[in-house]
Amino acid sequence: MQVTLIWATLAAILTLAVYSFLYKDNPFYKFAEHLVVGVSAAYYLVIYYYNFIDPNVISPIFKLEFGGAPIRILGMQWWMALIPGLLGLLLYARFFPKIGWVSRWALGIYVGGYSGLEIAPVMQARVLDQIRGGSLPLVVPHDPSTSFTNILLVVGLLGTLTYFFFSLKHKGVLGVLARIGIVYIMVGFGASFGYTVMSRISLLIGRVDFLRQVADSWIQWLAT
Amino acid sequence: MRTHSPLVGLALILALCAPVFGAEGETAPPAPGENAPPDPVTLLSARDYLDNNDNGDKIEVTWCLSADDGGGAGDVLEYRIRRSSGPGVAGEVVGTVPAGTTSFLDEGVEPGEAYYYDVAAFDGGSESAPAETGPVTGRRNFFQTSRLPVLVLAALFFAMVLTFTRLAQRGANLFVRRIPGLTAVEEAVGRATEMGRPVLYVPGIGEIDDIQTIASLTILSHVAKITAEYETPLIVPTARSVVMSAAEEVVKEAYAEAGHPDNYSPDNIRYLSDAQFAFAGAVSGIMLRERPAANLYLGAFWAESLLFAETGFETKAIQVAGTANVSQLPFFVTACDYTLIGEELYAASAYLSKEPKLLGSLKGSDWMKVVSIGIMVLGIVLSLFGVTGFAGWFFTQ
Repeated sequence: MQVTLIWATLAAILTLAVYSFLYKDNPFYKFAEHLVVGVSAAYYLVIYYYNFIDPNVISPIFKLEFGGAPIRILGMQWWMALIPGLLGLLLYARFFPKIGWVSRWALGIYVGGYSGLEIAPVMQARVLDQIRGGSLPLVVPHDPSTSFTNILLVVGLLGTLTYFFFSLKHKGVLGVLARIGIVYIMVGFGASFGYTVMSRISLLIGRVDFLRQVADSWIQWLAT
Repeated sequence: MRTHSPLVGLALILALCAPVFGAEGETAPPAPGENAPPDPVTLLSARDYLDNNDNGDKIEVTWCLSADDGGGAGDVLEYRIRRSSGPGVAGEVVGTVPAGTTSFLDEGVEPGEAYYYDVAAFDGGSESAPAETGPVTGRRNFFQTSRLPVLVLAALFFAMVLTFTRLAQRGANLFVRRIPGLTAVEEAVGRATEMGRPVLYVPGIGEIDDIQTIASLTILSHVAKITAEYETPLIVPTARSVVMSAAEEVVKEAYAEAGHPDNYSPDNIRYLSDAQFAFAGAVSGIMLRERPAANLYLGAFWAESLLFAETGFETKAIQVAGTANVSQLPFFVTACDYTLIGEELYAASAYLSKEPKLLGSLKGSDWMKVVSIGIMVLGIVLSLFGVTGFAGWFFTQ
């Protein structure tokens, strides 16, 4: 018997154990759930260590090496590794009640830094590009189809933006526009729902096909 | 550097950049290298190249095609780009590009050094007379001019946010309309209390740098205060260790503010797994075994959203969801009792907390929408009068 068939059989058994959840909670599902949670925790611990902690903290600070190249002790890159490393350590201060509050510094720098970095890309992708894409000619000479599409798009865009306007009550003209907006949103959700369900069904087909292949392999092995 | 009079330049532009008419197809093109050298390229220029991570180490060279590329003898195979340190100095080949190409990005220059470039068309046997341009210097640019619109709109946005924040701090009554899904949160917690069962709050699987997670933690604070007052257990499973740390802080503080610090149970703020579906499986297990009567899913969710919502539906829990991940909203809308759609998640955190900074952000983004609508309407009106370049100003690299 091939080793791969043993592993594939194990995967097939675990797949069936997870699918047994569709009937009700049971010991097989519990076993599969605890196994995958435990294995993934260990797996991510190793991944994080080798992909992040070792190359970005341990190697630069203690081995004086960054990205395969040597670095100077007390040099810019050394400090660039040491300071975030210390901030990371501060997170563990929560285990010591007297100094637990210092862990908030690390969290504050982390959250604030990332929020700041997000501003320019978000402003470009969600505001500028939308403005540019929405500034469409409503009447395109000799092209009624494009004119219709542009009108449909602009009305939907204005309606949707109005729906997400929180500073005024949705009454009168604002209410009508917001109502149009929510209709557009729901039409979009419907399309997205159908599309995603289709992709989930294809995932299910893939998994069922995997079970069939394992069963086929067993039949062939028993026949020989 | 070779120069041309304006008339010669115009003639060359017309000859090279306009379609070639005449003898096309009358004679077979000669084999590469059989004829005289190809005509040189024209309108050669080089400039400091600007990109998002500009380090001054890139120069872009552009030219107009040789007359023998696509027309004339039609035998140009490639263009050879040479770089030198002075005019007329023999340069080294820094790159070749195939026929039909009109630009080359030299990514190996020293910032601050002056360079000269020449480009020669090559037909397989001989090169054209080189055209030369320079000097040009790569510079570290502090500001990327093509991103000016981002700066202008960001400055406008922050001016509005700061103004509204200051107004909120001074006690101005900033109106925010009621969001229906929020009423449902209190109903859900009340129902769990009546049934004597816990409340499950899932802050998504996003990292702490995800704005949705931050908004979710603000709402968590509000929910934790209610559960503390009602003395209802609150379970918060997390998929990220830093989010767990932040959630611990938030819930602990909320219990203290509600006057029930002793009811806070650190064991209920749980890290499960970073793996998406391991987390989904474990949360589903909590739903089935600890039977929470109210499930709140607020934050960044991906494919696990439907697994949560379906399992919660099976356990007959009242469910309130909210996310800005558009692809997951349809599942929440379908399987949950109430859903906060997109930006309502952020608005909810401001509405609940009444925190001046959050209110200022919400108001600022609201009026930014008004500005965006105004600019779009202006663009649409201008396009009716044939002015189409307006939207182009918003194009950024």
